[in-house]
Amino acid sequence: MALLETKDLTSGYGELQILWGVDLTLEQGILTCMVGSNGVGKTTLLRTVMGLIKPWKGQVLFDGRDVTRLSAHEKASLGLVLVPEGRQLFTDMTVRENLELGANPRRARQKAAKNLERVFDLFPRLKERERQKAGTLSGGEQQMVAVARGIMAEPALLMIDELSLGLSPVLTFSLFRALRLLGNQGYTILLVEQNVHLALKVSDYAYILNEGKVELSGPPTEIQGNDKVRAAYLGI
Amino acid sequence: MSTAEPGREENMPEGTAGPLLQVDCVTKNFRGLRALSNISFDLMENRILGLIGPNGAGKTTLFDVINGVYAPDAGQVLFKGEKISGRRTYHSARLGLARTHQVVRPLSELSVRENAIVGACFGRKNLRLKEAGPVADEVLEAVGLAPLAAKPAGALNVAQKKRLEMARALASQPYLLLLDEVLAGLNPTEMDAMLHTVRAIRDHGITIIMIEHVMRAIMSVSDHVVVLDHGEMIAQGSPREVAENTKVVEAYLGRPEDAERLQEEV
Repeated sequence: MALLETKDLTSGYGELQILWGVDLTLEQGILTCMVGSNGVGKTTLLRTVMGLIKPWKGQVLFDGRDVTRLSAHEKASLGLVLVPEGRQLFTDMTVRENLELGANPRRARQKAAKNLERVFDLFPRLKERERQKAGTLSGGEQQMVAVARGIMAEPALLMIDELSLGLSPVLTFSLFRALRLLGNQGYTILLVEQNVHLALKVSDYAYILNEGKVELSGPPTEIQGNDKVRAAYLGI
Repeated sequence: MSTAEPGREENMPEGTAGPLLQVDCVTKNFRGLRALSNISFDLMENRILGLIGPNGAGKTTLFDVINGVYAPDAGQVLFKGEKISGRRTYHSARLGLARTHQVVRPLSELSVRENAIVGACFGRKNLRLKEAGPVADEVLEAVGLAPLAAKPAGALNVAQKKRLEMARALASQPYLLLLDEVLAGLNPTEMDAMLHTVRAIRDHGITIIMIEHVMRAIMSVSDHVVVLDHGEMIAQGSPREVAENTKVVEAYLGRPEDAERLQEEV
């Protein structure tokens, strides 16, 4: 059974409709990416799944249960975790404190020590900087903290919005590498990303979103080189 | 818009072959950040120019420089041969340059018609209220809002507000119209109708520059496309030419070599 399903999911901001009926199926233990040009609704989709925006229409099913109308904090307690675009760290707190805050959901508290070990394994650089204020880190290191904080929340589904945004190529590589390792460890991940090549390279399954709808989906090997991908980004 | 063809009136230079707009080596910095770097292109009269690029490419900043919200740090903008960069926005409005905004802000408590009248009064000809009425009626007809003329603007839906935004700009009787994301938030039917309207405006002699994220639409409506990325112009040409340009494809989709390297390292 799919871990997360959306059916005809429709939403937007105020009067502006952004999503026009999105059907999505995420399998347990699979790294799925959602790619598409800017403005096609990727972030809106994550925010709607997470419950930060109320759906106008359609359903969100999590582990077979209808969670469409649950609030974001209720979804968080079920294990839906969002690493937001732009990281949103507590910049005046240390790396360690940011990570500990991630372990706040009840389901995560008992596993905090084990998860902390896990994220320091994944990002040794964060171990070196655990007493440093998060705001003094580089953009890539802050992104590591954001992902690590998501893991501290003991996610059943880890959703990441724009992993590579504004990062240097070197740090982009290490983050994508870490993501692939998380996928190998059995995490269920939904990655939203503009860089289609990198996203397809690390993912097990891919969706192309265009104008608020799923344009194409399938294993990355089938998606790569499909003319529809370029058309979705460039219009022809 | 059968009688008021704003682009084809007295002040238009007759038979001149020069471009209507010249963007000449424009650079704009915000503190340390280079938002626009040495941008140059010419726009001939009666064309639709599509201005595209990923988020943060500098598209709206370029609009802001063209219509006088910002003065460029280097370079200049010429409109009908006259330097307009560094002048105020009302100066470019007087010369015949109008603009719509991404986030529409009609005067909600005024009627649709009154909103268009305001556009006419502060436009190229500085019309008096009595003269502005007929101009407003014509542009509302042109954008398909005539049946809603008496409604308060605040009561319109999104698609109608976008049309009102265009009507206000058109009421100023511009030669050049800058459209900032007029398709955002429209459903496919509304989008097709809006593209039809955009073409009709051009066919009445108004030159257009459009910023748009809906690529299928912008590629179908534009005669010429300019692509910005990180403040630089990385390509220009026909829609087909830019869509096949390697730099453009990489700006939108990323570089395939990055992914190859990732595979080697993982």
